[in-house]
Amino acid sequence: MAIKDLTRDLTKRIASSHIKWSLIIFFVILLFNFIFTPNFFHIEIKNGRFYGSIIDVFNRAAPVMLAAIGMTLVIATGGIDISVGSVMAISGSIAAVLIAKMDVPFWMVLCLPLVFSALLGAWNGLLVSYIGIQPIIATLILLVAGRGIAQLVTDGQIIVFEHPPFEFIAGGSLFGLHFPIIISFGVFLIILFLFKFTALGLFVESVGGNSEASKYCGINAGRIKLVVYIVSALCAGIAGLIAASNIKAADPNTSGDGLELNAILAVVIGGTSLNGGKYFLVGSVIGALIMQSLTTTILTMGVPVQVTLVVNAIVVLVVCLIQSKNFRDILAGIFKLDFRGLLRRMPLKGGNK
Amino acid sequence: MIESTPILQVKSLSKSFPGVKALAGVDLSVWTGEVHALMGENGAGKSTLIKLITGVYRRDQGEIIYNGEKVNFSSPREAQEKGISTVYQEVNLIPTLSVAENIFIGRFPPEGVKINWKSIKKSAEDSLKKLDLCLDVTQPLSSFPIAIQQMIAIARAVDFQAKVLILDEPTSSLDAKEVNLLFSIIRKLRDDGLGIIFVTHFLEQVYEISDKITVLRNGLLVGEFETQSLPRLELVAKMMGKDLEEFENTEKKLDSAVQVNGNRKNGKSFIQIRGFGKKGMIYPFDLEINKGEVLGLAGLLGSGRSEMAKLLFGIERADKGKIYIDKKAVSGSSPKFSIKKGMGFCPEDRKTSGIIEDLTVRENIMLAVQTRQGLFRKIAKKKQDEIVAQYIKALNISTPSPEQKIKNLSGGNQQKVIVARWLASQPRLLILDEPTRGIDVGAKAEIQKLILKLSREGMSILFISSELSEILRCSTRIAVLRDKVKVAEMMNQDIDESAIMQAIAEEDNGN
Repeated sequence: MAIKDLTRDLTKRIASSHIKWSLIIFFVILLFNFIFTPNFFHIEIKNGRFYGSIIDVFNRAAPVMLAAIGMTLVIATGGIDISVGSVMAISGSIAAVLIAKMDVPFWMVLCLPLVFSALLGAWNGLLVSYIGIQPIIATLILLVAGRGIAQLVTDGQIIVFEHPPFEFIAGGSLFGLHFPIIISFGVFLIILFLFKFTALGLFVESVGGNSEASKYCGINAGRIKLVVYIVSALCAGIAGLIAASNIKAADPNTSGDGLELNAILAVVIGGTSLNGGKYFLVGSVIGALIMQSLTTTILTMGVPVQVTLVVNAIVVLVVCLIQSKNFRDILAGIFKLDFRGLLRRMPLKGGNK
Repeated sequence: MIESTPILQVKSLSKSFPGVKALAGVDLSVWTGEVHALMGENGAGKSTLIKLITGVYRRDQGEIIYNGEKVNFSSPREAQEKGISTVYQEVNLIPTLSVAENIFIGRFPPEGVKINWKSIKKSAEDSLKKLDLCLDVTQPLSSFPIAIQQMIAIARAVDFQAKVLILDEPTSSLDAKEVNLLFSIIRKLRDDGLGIIFVTHFLEQVYEISDKITVLRNGLLVGEFETQSLPRLELVAKMMGKDLEEFENTEKKLDSAVQVNGNRKNGKSFIQIRGFGKKGMIYPFDLEINKGEVLGLAGLLGSGRSEMAKLLFGIERADKGKIYIDKKAVSGSSPKFSIKKGMGFCPEDRKTSGIIEDLTVRENIMLAVQTRQGLFRKIAKKKQDEIVAQYIKALNISTPSPEQKIKNLSGGNQQKVIVARWLASQPRLLILDEPTRGIDVGAKAEIQKLILKLSREGMSILFISSELSEILRCSTRIAVLRDKVKVAEMMNQDIDESAIMQAIAEEDNGN
């Protein structure tokens, strides 16, 4: 009985929340795969670890998911951080140089790139909140300069290394799960609770919703923005470690290329508005999963490489259109469809009968 | 040239917006070579009238006769081309372009495809010279102070062969010296034969520069007057809609509440403010608020009431003066600091500085409590629900649920939520800036009652309102502001509305 109430409560909340559309889309993609992609949901255990397409989606989504988590908070304050790809490259490069060229303890290999990432985030935050540069420009500086920094760090080369403990980050596993999955969901939970169990989340939404009114409430908007840019850069830094560990090398030129756009897309698909205000971390995670499952689907379907991006773009367009209330209204007008009613009748709310 | 008709004549102009009659049957006559002040409090219809004249809005009824013929401008641009130019309070030129470009933008002299920069520079200098201004016109507009930008805007406006110049609160962000400079230009233009409509809130300036005054109130015409023959007090009375004789004849009635309040006049001081001020905002002032006292702040719009409150709360940093709380000097000025010191501030503009639209009623209420608690000591959901339920009940906020987004509430209820936000933070001094504006009568009475109740419980309240009757009903003492200066302070028992109005209107009498 209690469980029934709980699920009813949960379904009710989902049905009325912003993330319902991203959830529906995710399930549609999974359903599509269930029907058309053989063995998509086939999971096998090798060496005490789960393998399979669906596991692969979660594993490969990790970098975008991490960047999207940070990006969500930045966007919630009304900003944007397009430097995450560069930060990712810098972080990976520093780790690679530390491993390949310097003799430092392992904890420093993990910590130094992240500390430096945090500093870069603080730089972004300072430019945005205290100097007053528009977020897209402020982070554009680092987007451009960051690649240069990464190249400086590696001396313009791709640094290859062998280092089993570091390789564990991308290649290892815990509780039968690929370690990147553990990391990304770990970070997700930490951020989720950090922002929920302190007033950070409320203040972020308040600053993004009405910065002037927040000021009257005594909220230091500058400091809040500083924090979210640091968090965003830290997430990107972690993604950089995963990427470097994955290819056992640091590639300052291509690592994290386009990450910022994918992350923004994941956030938007997840239901957070670029205008700032309310944010949906869960939505962003689902958004990242949607993007990765899409890519994986297209690849496993055997779509020719040259049309992959086009197919990807079309699906993303459809996803965004479905999210748009205006579009749904137009569509409903044309087909005399009652989306609301449709949703009401969906099994999501089955508990109401 | 002897003229027998005004250059611009407006006859029984009316305009309605959904649900509001913004302007009803207003007349206005502007003659060449005169400065005509347009006065009225908030919502009087001044800006609607100007927007109707310049073609921003379409009128519902009435006619506009300009230069002898009926006109019907479809855009400000058309009005400008015909010779009616407007300069707004916020200079709406482009800061990054040069002065010359700003003067000529949108009407570069046609010379094939190429723009002749030399001739533009020359004509820009000429048109500025007409106003006795010598500037480097190649410099970007933003490199000049606001006053000069304002004059450049006027130069541009006049350059359109203007016959009528409308100045919409041009002086509100200028200091005394700059105002003088602007006035000398206005006089020059007047002597050149322009008809000038001058919108302002500053009485001093009206009497300094204008020849005639048209007063509007609540969208209605109160009347047109010769400036010389209209005493200040009468002007204030007309703007506020009070009949002078009525005042003089009415016996002073003491509200029982006021008596109760008055008895506490010897309460202990909570906050003392000494020589607090900021250039361009408000001249240095002293103020003292006792515990359990309601200090009313009266004055016309733009007299510095809100500025005083903002400075006090730390929204803006004062450049002079000191604050003592409980007789101890406090340093620091930020809203957060003020909240920690036990202050709360309901700002005037609910929409832009009060509510956070997308957050729920609960979240909106909790914000100030939470900043007072600090970032890391989040108030538990259960405790939040208790606090929120308590204030929803206490203030009678009508909302379907605490989790309703605040933007879905009515204005009065939104206002109550903001008040609840501050009450929940249990302040010792609550600043209320026009808390009853734009809300319905019921909610208004409730808020007034609440003010009295809170003060009885020992809270100090700084109460700003445009409505004298409301201030009189609620306050123990009343401070009066005029033209950014605190000009008077009086005990409520000794005065009535006409005394306050006299203070608002009077010339300097050494405080």
